[in-house]
Amino acid sequence: MPHRRRELLGFIVAGAVIVALPLATRNPYLLNVAVFIGLHSMIAIGLGLLLGFAGQISLGHAAFYGLGAYATGILTVHYHINPWLALVIGAAVTAVVAFLVGRPTLRLHGHYLAMATLGFGIIVRILFNEGGEFTGGPSGLPGIPHLALGPLVLRSDLHMYSLIWPLVLVQVVLSRHLLRSRLGRALRAIHDSEIAARSCAIDTGRHKLMIFVLSAIYASVAGSLFAHSISFVNPNPFSFMVSVELVVMVIVGGAATLWGPVIGAAVLTIVHQIIVQLGGLYEPIKDLDVVIFGLILVLMLLYQPQGLARLRLPRLGRLTGEGDDG
Amino acid sequence: MSLLLTLSGVNTFYDRLHVLKGASLHVNEGEIVALLGANGAGKTTTLRTVCGLLRPASGQVSFAGQSIVGRSPEALVRLGITQVPEGRQIFGPLSVQDNLLLGAYGRGRRAQRTEVPGDLARVFELFPVLAERRHERGGSLSGGQQQMLAMGRALMARPRLLLLDEPCLGLAPLVARQIMETIVALRAQGTTILLVEQNARAALRIADRGYVMETGKVVLEGTSEELVRNKDVRRAYLGKDYDEV
Ligand SMILES: Nc1ncnc2c1ncn2[C@@H]1O[C@H](COP(=O)(O)OP(=O)(O)OP(=O)(O)O)[C@@H](O)[C@H]1O
Ligand SMILES: [Mg+2]
Repeated sequence: MPHRRRELLGFIVAGAVIVALPLATRNPYLLNVAVFIGLHSMIAIGLGLLLGFAGQISLGHAAFYGLGAYATGILTVHYHINPWLALVIGAAVTAVVAFLVGRPTLRLHGHYLAMATLGFGIIVRILFNEGGEFTGGPSGLPGIPHLALGPLVLRSDLHMYSLIWPLVLVQVVLSRHLLRSRLGRALRAIHDSEIAARSCAIDTGRHKLMIFVLSAIYASVAGSLFAHSISFVNPNPFSFMVSVELVVMVIVGGAATLWGPVIGAAVLTIVHQIIVQLGGLYEPIKDLDVVIFGLILVLMLLYQPQGLARLRLPRLGRLTGEGDDG
Repeated sequence: MSLLLTLSGVNTFYDRLHVLKGASLHVNEGEIVALLGANGAGKTTTLRTVCGLLRPASGQVSFAGQSIVGRSPEALVRLGITQVPEGRQIFGPLSVQDNLLLGAYGRGRRAQRTEVPGDLARVFELFPVLAERRHERGGSLSGGQQQMLAMGRALMARPRLLLLDEPCLGLAPLVARQIMETIVALRAQGTTILLVEQNARAALRIADRGYVMETGKVVLEGTSEELVRNKDVRRAYLGKDYDEV
């Protein structure tokens, strides 16, 4: 089946890139950017499922990211809990919180989830800021220990890279299986026509809620890994703007595709870095990031609404003789 | 004959728009009942109220002796009411087979392995063209084939009551006739059918009884023979246009 083969090709290419990058360069800055692309991919993959298959937008995923990061920070710094256990507890707490946020809104029609998560994200950020010694307040919580795999302490970006990117691969494989399963069939049906899905006894509210909770768990795990990789958390990386950027990543890459969220995460993280670098040379450029992201979003929606992952490369298509979409 | 579905004095709104204004009708077990009426009379709204997509503001809807007002569409499918919605509403990007399997979604995990494969085979028997194209995208089928797919998908739920909303809309007369014959065959297998149809002549040919709706109310009811003979029905719904089918 050509579709299968293309899918396999995607995994091989991705695996090769992941292995090749640290072999090709040990530039710490590039590795650091690659770690962040990986973390953003982890979140974007969940958001992609949510947007692509439940048709819902969350404007509060930076908050779930933050919940994971702060759970790790608080549990390891204040309570000296094993980091892996802290990661799991963080994910579990985040899942419960997401359930409570999603349950009342996902049963309703329309974009109530977007509104609810927007408010939720703002509240969570205030809690991080106002948490006193517990959260470290605006100045943050330092001294988060490194993760360890047995005797190996994951202190460098290369270590974190080698942990995060295989996880991203696992997530993509999971997404693929999810979408081939009975549940996935139901999700694709909901995405296509909610009325028809309900005529098939598919409980659309419940399925959307499951995907939302899963996406929050992904974000929380990414948050925990983030906290370990920089040993420090403060409220800044979990702002509303970051939530928006995460959604833009998904739309730019392509929501209802396997690799779209990863591609989007890579593109936008790199664009963001370029803006930061240029901002170092000429300060006002920094303030342009909102404008630039907005522009990217508008251009994508106008010219490639299915995302970069669905971009047709005409020459490549002729080469393999395939024209159908996957 | 036992009552399967009853609506009495049902009022349904779209927001503030009052659409069903005290509609009453009933369907006996094993019947084919036609629901006729002009565009906008409220036929689709009636079906949507029965299958739980719309909640009536007042009035009673009961199925097999119990009130079903306020139940979700999912729960009603499990109870035995399945709708083939207006305009087919198949899942275009999904394969024909996936579409059919989704019809059996509400039947629990165990049924998926035990009963569903047999039901799938039966649907393929009923509509051989679906078997031929089982791996193709639902959206790539022709209009008539999509209608067959929509019906096949509904049958996968093993409904006691099948609600059909204009199953022959836009189909060539020959295909429309084939769909009508299928409906008769389904009834013979024990499925009760409430059929909404613009083509009154074709519908009354296979129905036992019929209702005529106007602006949200049932204005006329009778056996198919009575309705075919009725002057008002003849004038309004059995014009020349329908003679050929
Ligand atoms: N989703 C909706 N929102 C608001 N009003 C609606 C909606 N659907 C239908 N209506 C209105 O309700 C009335 C009845 O519509 P309904 O779809 O039940 O008619 P119908 O008898 O099925 O007509 P047709 O033969 O054209 O399918 C119409 O006046 C229509 O404008
Ligand atoms: Mg209608």
